[in-house]
Amino acid sequence: MSGISRRKFLAASVAVGAATTLGGTKKALAAGSFSGYPNSMGVLVDLTRCIGCRSCEAACNKEQKLPDPNLPFDDMSVFDQTFHHGTQKRRTDESAYTVVNRYTPEGSEPIYRKVQCNHCAEPACLSSCFVNAYTKTKEGAVIYDGSVCVGCRNCMIACPFNVPAYSYSSAFGAVVKKCIFCHETRLKDGLPPACVEICPQEALTFGKRKDLLKIGHQRIQTHPGRYIDRVYGEKELGGTHWMYLSPIPVEEVGFDPRPGNEPIISHVKEFLGVVPMVLAIWPALFTGFHLLAKNQEGHGDHEHDTEHQHDEEGGQQ
Amino acid sequence: MSAKQILTTLMMVLALIVVGSTTMAADMPEQVSLDTMVELFEAVEFDHDMHSELGEDCSVCHHHTTGTGTTDDRCISCHANSDELETVACINCHVSDPFSSEHLSRESQEIYQFHIDRPGLKAAYHWNCIGCHEEMDGPTGCEDCHARTPEGDEFYHKDATGSADEGGHH
Ligand code: SF4
Ligand code: SF4
Ligand code: SF4
Repeated sequence: MSGISRRKFLAASVAVGAATTLGGTKKALAAGSFSGYPNSMGVLVDLTRCIGCRSCEAACNKEQKLPDPNLPFDDMSVFDQTFHHGTQKRRTDESAYTVVNRYTPEGSEPIYRKVQCNHCAEPACLSSCFVNAYTKTKEGAVIYDGSVCVGCRNCMIACPFNVPAYSYSSAFGAVVKKCIFCHETRLKDGLPPACVEICPQEALTFGKRKDLLKIGHQRIQTHPGRYIDRVYGEKELGGTHWMYLSPIPVEEVGFDPRPGNEPIISHVKEFLGVVPMVLAIWPALFTGFHLLAKNQEGHGDHEHDTEHQHDEEGGQQ
Repeated sequence: MSAKQILTTLMMVLALIVVGSTTMAADMPEQVSLDTMVELFEAVEFDHDMHSELGEDCSVCHHHTTGTGTTDDRCISCHANSDELETVACINCHVSDPFSSEHLSRESQEIYQFHIDRPGLKAAYHWNCIGCHEEMDGPTGCEDCHARTPEGDEFYHKDATGSADEGGHH
């Protein structure tokens, strides 16, 4: 499913929800008041600095112990790969939590954009997950506990950036996989992510989200003509922790230019608020799925698994 | 004259010569070994002599720190006539750990508007080097300057041979 169709899917569900409200309840449950942890971290991605060297991909592969790539990380032919009849560039998947894509707008030098989870302040993946596999940490990362994931793909459909992917190791072992901001190995100890550290160009600036916003606006001001006047992710979708400075309009580098400033959670809550029964039934349903899955999967150690779910807050997979 | 006296005299003469020649040029290193990434790449032996002959002006790379005026728009309002600083090496201002928590908290105390968001060492080198090399047809490819170590080859998966469209589920 392409990004657009996924978003349409969600929009359609929201529309169905809204249509049945008969007015009145709309927005009653809207979120958007959560301003986030004050000292949480983020990354400012400066597209004018990135040279498309793919070192960040290599660093992520090593740090997250991902499978060997098909092509070396210094092979630039990957920029020519397209999917879905040329409509889609490379996307992140279970063996690559980050990919760099090249855009060649007319009359301009190529522009490269690194793709990974944007660690939304109010993550749609999190709010769409019925087994509470996701956690937004105080450091700013959106992490997940693979041991409770039932592979339902809700988060994949909900994410406005097409990020979560699944590893299909066995029929019932589908488990979400995505960038976790290097939370376990680095972020929680105050260290920058592996991709940030390797970047030769400092295209990725790590810091407190509130400082990055200042830095972003200052760069725009001090270098007239270098950037469009926008820090993408400052407000979009309720704010993201990975944000972008671009020399050209964001739609030309593959972003949705008008995602709105409402977090997706508002829509989801609205939708769910309309049919309260759904709230009551779905968790039970998914817990049932989950137990079923776990029962079928292992015979010896599944009790172990379930015990671990609650104390391993969002352990990385 | 005892041997000791001779030695003392010699040392004094030597000291005088050294002091006398402590002009900027003599301070300049002929070569600088850039060795902060030696795990993945061999150190780069930067030929400072050759580059300083090429550059018209020290400030092209050293901003306002060499006492030779400055050409950088952003430095000029405060540093048009600044003296030479005691330390002018890149690493004295561009730290090698720009994102460590220690450095980030130091940075958040920074009061000089134009000194915030200062690039770390690696970025400072690359911006300066690549920018100029592009203009002057110098080397710009990663391995033109950085020979990879065996660990570097492994890091970039030099030997990966799968086909481009294999695997993944796009
Ligand atoms: S970018 Fe997608 S996966 Fe990442 S936090 Fe936001 S909604 Fe979740
Ligand atoms: S933050 Fe960590 S997990 Fe995310 S893309 Fe960078 S290296 Fe990979
Ligand atoms: S390492 Fe930095 S410069 Fe290289 S592709 Fe990644 S973001 Fe761009």
